[in-house]
Amino acid sequence: MTLKTEHFALNLGPVHPSTHGVFRLIATLDGEVIVDIEPVVGYLHRGIEKLAEGRTYKENIPFTDRLDYLAAMSNNLVYAMAVEKLAEIPVPERAEYLRVIMAELQRIASHLVGIGAFIQDLGAFGTPILYMWREREKILDLFDMVCGQRLHYNYMRFGGVSHDIPDEFLPALAKFVDRMPGFIDEYDQLLSENEIVLVRSKGVGILPKDLAINASTSGPVLRASGVKWDIRRADPYSIYNRFEFDIPICTGGDSYDRYWIRMKEMRQSIRIIKQAMEQLPKGKVLNKAPLRLRPPAGEVYTRIESPRGELGFYLVSDNSERPYRFHIRAPALINLTALRQMLIGWKLADAIIVFGSIDIVLGEVDR
Amino acid sequence: MIMFNPNSFGHLAALPPDWPGNFWLHLMAFTVIILAFVLITAIIFIWLERRGLGRLQIRLGPNRAGPFGLLQPLADVLKLLIKEDTVPTKADKLVFWLAPIVALAPVLMLFAVIPFQSGALLADLNIGILYVLAISSLASVGVFMAGWASNNKYSLIGAMRDVAMLISYEIPIVISIVGVILITGSLSLTEIVGAQESIPFILLQPLGFLIFFLGSLAESNRTPFDLVEADSEIVAGYHIEYSGMKYGTLMLTEYAEIIAISALVTTLFLGGWQGPLLPPILWFFIKVAAVFLLSVWIRGTIPRLRIDQVMAFAWKFLLPLALINLLVTSLQVVLWPEASLWLIVFLNLTVMAILILSWSRFFRLGGERIEV
Repeated sequence: MTLKTEHFALNLGPVHPSTHGVFRLIATLDGEVIVDIEPVVGYLHRGIEKLAEGRTYKENIPFTDRLDYLAAMSNNLVYAMAVEKLAEIPVPERAEYLRVIMAELQRIASHLVGIGAFIQDLGAFGTPILYMWREREKILDLFDMVCGQRLHYNYMRFGGVSHDIPDEFLPALAKFVDRMPGFIDEYDQLLSENEIVLVRSKGVGILPKDLAINASTSGPVLRASGVKWDIRRADPYSIYNRFEFDIPICTGGDSYDRYWIRMKEMRQSIRIIKQAMEQLPKGKVLNKAPLRLRPPAGEVYTRIESPRGELGFYLVSDNSERPYRFHIRAPALINLTALRQMLIGWKLADAIIVFGSIDIVLGEVDR
Repeated sequence: MIMFNPNSFGHLAALPPDWPGNFWLHLMAFTVIILAFVLITAIIFIWLERRGLGRLQIRLGPNRAGPFGLLQPLADVLKLLIKEDTVPTKADKLVFWLAPIVALAPVLMLFAVIPFQSGALLADLNIGILYVLAISSLASVGVFMAGWASNNKYSLIGAMRDVAMLISYEIPIVISIVGVILITGSLSLTEIVGAQESIPFILLQPLGFLIFFLGSLAESNRTPFDLVEADSEIVAGYHIEYSGMKYGTLMLTEYAEIIAISALVTTLFLGGWQGPLLPPILWFFIKVAAVFLLSVWIRGTIPRLRIDQVMAFAWKFLLPLALINLLVTSLQVVLWPEASLWLIVFLNLTVMAILILSWSRFFRLGGERIEV
């Protein structure tokens, strides 16, 4: 006798503990096995791209904080860089170094949340993410010192950064940089060889190399699939060509590799911060840009390696105070496009961890 | 080999063969004691778990209500009592309403045969352990009713997982207990405790203890087997639609279950209420709390398994080991009843180490992608 079974649709989200915001997955399940999956985005759409067209260039800096709210410094940075390229505003040396330090600190903070949330999705009740947050808190304290904010920094300006660092910043940063590798070792010991983490994530949700390239993924997701592509090296911006660092890659393309890449990248970020601290020159941090900035007509695309991948801003200017077009190439959204191929054939529980391993931020996906 | 000898336990032999004292008085007194014990212990354990998890997670845990946050569980219960009791429109109302009771009642019934101290139990059944095994499976009926009646896909998935896990883990649990029964020669829990006067069975049956403990974690849905209410996947599983005191009852069931499991582990493997210096009831409570804290520790540290891995763990890992443990134990009992205890302890610990190391070498939990 054969039992008659039928598929059923399960709605994961938009209100669900593991969707990292308001993301929705319509999964067609055969028992526990995913037969089909349909991602639905747009629940956090605030129309930032359109809103930005109605505001001046400078008024748009705080908007960029609200995109990827776990990596607001990186968003600030790329927008400032785009406008500087458009209006040809020079940046002082010291400001470049400060920008690199902030961007790399932000990468560590964002990866900490990414790894913590990933292990939380694996079912470890609270403990890993709280350990990660213990360190992230220190980074937020450092950011608090330089700009008075802990989440939405609004720190980068056209032609530099808004404030010079206070006196107590560098000693605090040195202390952090000294201690952080020890904490990363601790996470490594607790998580990387954990038998359950291994069986749950090794080989699960594989993103093949060709699919990763065709889907235009970037960041840790791409590098976990075996493509050595990091914009800090491939298309150096700011002063990244002055620093020594490695680009870690894996070849498996599974969820564990994406976790592992983030672990490795945090160590490389610390290396960069150390070098930047040694080389940090004295001087001013902000070249005054005109208050009512009117960049010459034209278009510009600037990209950086944000914690999530290639974050790009495409700006079109018609020589007015407001951008004519303000487009954001959000890495999280584009990394998500390969989700369906990665999930089909796996179990419901795997859907959550594969999704978690991509490490998206809905503020950036929906904009 | 230690065989149970009734003459060596004078205090037990003094009990009448039938119910002690007045039957109805005894029944009533112990029903009240059991209810009070379960409720109070549950409240203490909820506090212990939350504070313990807080410690593990570098935070404080509840510390506002009462001294050290001790009144927090009471505050939670009070909140649950005055909350609106919602029932989904398309729920099966009667089943939905019955489910928490059906889940709680068998768990409470478990305590009827657990000796709190010498002779202090509701019914010293001569088939005690069999009764425990039979009754403990019943709680899953309540869980399945809750999952089915809620008319929610998440809760249905959770309930299906619970039943699947129950069926799988019952078998290694039963086989691991048989080792204890072989050594004791009795099914009565009092006599099992009595037989551990010289040495607790955790030393004589280390592998049995491990299998029983892991299987019990799975049956009571604790991490890493908490797939039934896996909050990162199926949100809350079978009690997703419950609110108010119905939800409270389901939570109470869960804690009563883990208390029952801890009490069973204490009784079967840790020597029950026996111990030096302190009064027996205190020893019993300390051991139960220790086993419970072990499960809290596990909950605070390791992630969750997937459903197929949980199944594979039961059938491919625990079951063969339980069978080998049974074989070794029966050989020892039949062929070598006069062996010295410490030799047996050493032998069984070695067997356990070799088995677990070699088995985990060849055994892989991972599941493959399924073509659809």
